[in-house]
Amino acid sequence: MGAIGAGIAALGAGVGIGLIGSRAMEAIARQPEAVGDIRNNMILTAALVEGAALFAIVVGLLAG
Amino acid sequence: MKVDLKKLSILVFALFFSSGMLSAQGHGQEHSSGDASHEEQDSHGPEAGHDSDLAHSYCGGHEEDGEYNPVNTVMDHIADANEFHVWKGVHLPLPVILYAPDHGWTTGLSSMFDHGHKAVDGYVLNHGRVNRVADPFFPKGEVHIDGILRRTETVEKDGKAEEKDVYYACLEGELYKLDKPSTVDGGFLGGGITSFYDFSITKNVFGMIIASLLLIWLFTSVARGYKKNEGKAPSGVQSFMEVFFVFIRDEVTKPMIGEKHYERFQPFIMTLFFFIMFINLLGLVPFFPGGANITGNLAVTLTLAVFTFIVTNINGKKDYWEHIFWMPGIPAWVKIILTPVEVLSLFIKPFSLMIRLFANISAGHIIILSLIGLVFLFGNNGQNVGGAAGGAIIGGLFTAFMNLIELLVALLQAFIFAILSASYIGAAVEEHEHHHEGAH
Repeated sequence: MGAIGAGIAALGAGVGIGLIGSRAMEAIARQPEAVGDIRNNMILTAALVEGAALFAIVVGLLAG
Repeated sequence: MKVDLKKLSILVFALFFSSGMLSAQGHGQEHSSGDASHEEQDSHGPEAGHDSDLAHSYCGGHEEDGEYNPVNTVMDHIADANEFHVWKGVHLPLPVILYAPDHGWTTGLSSMFDHGHKAVDGYVLNHGRVNRVADPFFPKGEVHIDGILRRTETVEKDGKAEEKDVYYACLEGELYKLDKPSTVDGGFLGGGITSFYDFSITKNVFGMIIASLLLIWLFTSVARGYKKNEGKAPSGVQSFMEVFFVFIRDEVTKPMIGEKHYERFQPFIMTLFFFIMFINLLGLVPFFPGGANITGNLAVTLTLAVFTFIVTNINGKKDYWEHIFWMPGIPAWVKIILTPVEVLSLFIKPFSLMIRLFANISAGHIIILSLIGLVFLFGNNGQNVGGAAGGAIIGGLFTAFMNLIELLVALLQAFIFAILSASYIGAAVEEHEHHHEGAH
């Protein structure tokens, strides 16, 4: 059960981080001069999304 | 003096590298055979009757080959330990400082436990970790024990049968149940607050001391460089580190905390960044001074997160607290819903910092150890050489690949911890000038 939960969590985080990445790429293509700000915010948001997934993975580990 | 230091450091690194080559050869073997001789899995279940009967049937048979259990091996490796395994058969003893409310203090070096063959004041070393015999009739002082036995027992919990590993110390044909090791990580890696307190300099603490000494050595020389080259271009290691300083200032603290306050928090954010980066990188070094899974320990990340929590809230301005307890510019009934959420988020923020760092680093270590475990799994515990070779090729290649990813993660997680801490502090010290004159 834990492994399935961890898998679903990874799926969700993958979709989330993928969306962040794709939108960041679009934003950089539109405004190449803002690449620094966009990159920082992208990493920050990705870290937050990843945090939610890691909660799920830790719970999955605890559930065995 | 300067040249001497340089030579010394090169010598020390050369020593570490050569010892690493040696340890890479012996490491796996030692562990697989060690696991086989010390662990026996009993799947017969709970019909265990008298302890002495069991002891007669299990304590004698340590020479039997046990099954290789990848999960236990991985968990042993990422957990903290009371001795530092340098290479095959060579352990660096670390100081142990133990306190039990019903017995008092016990101090000494972890070598006094003789790798699980001796008990001191009821404490034994079980897989490098100090455990305590729960039985009050166990003899105090130094006692020679026959070994430590692992059994899988089925425990009834909330109406469900759960399989749990229970450890026993064998003494004169009797089995004595062991308490779990004492940790403050909430029992995540098989610990928790048990019948004793462990204040020892463990492997993780030792790793942190090494990282701190490295940081002090590096940064005093950089600071000396700044004094010497004042108004001039940086030189030597100073020019290497200046890239990091400027990066933290321009990409982390200035945009996150703001022009006005960033200088006050620059030292704190940089300390977080460099300390986490150094212990992450040391954790990736697979031989002696490194290899401790320091940031993959909840107690360590908890402490780091608590520092951020304290610094954030001590520096909270009036606006910050107003936005938490009575958000301006929204209807009163929304405020009633929003206040508990904001108060909760006060604690969730450092909590997520703690979990993020812990889970990222632990996951990396678990993946690398699992890939190395393929060698023993495919090799059928030393009986299938072809399988072991195949496992070594697959595992080795993937481990090299994972190590490169982990190198990125080590830097990225330090950066994320620093930038998130900076953004929380930035939210605390931010002053809003306009929101009082009727929101929106």
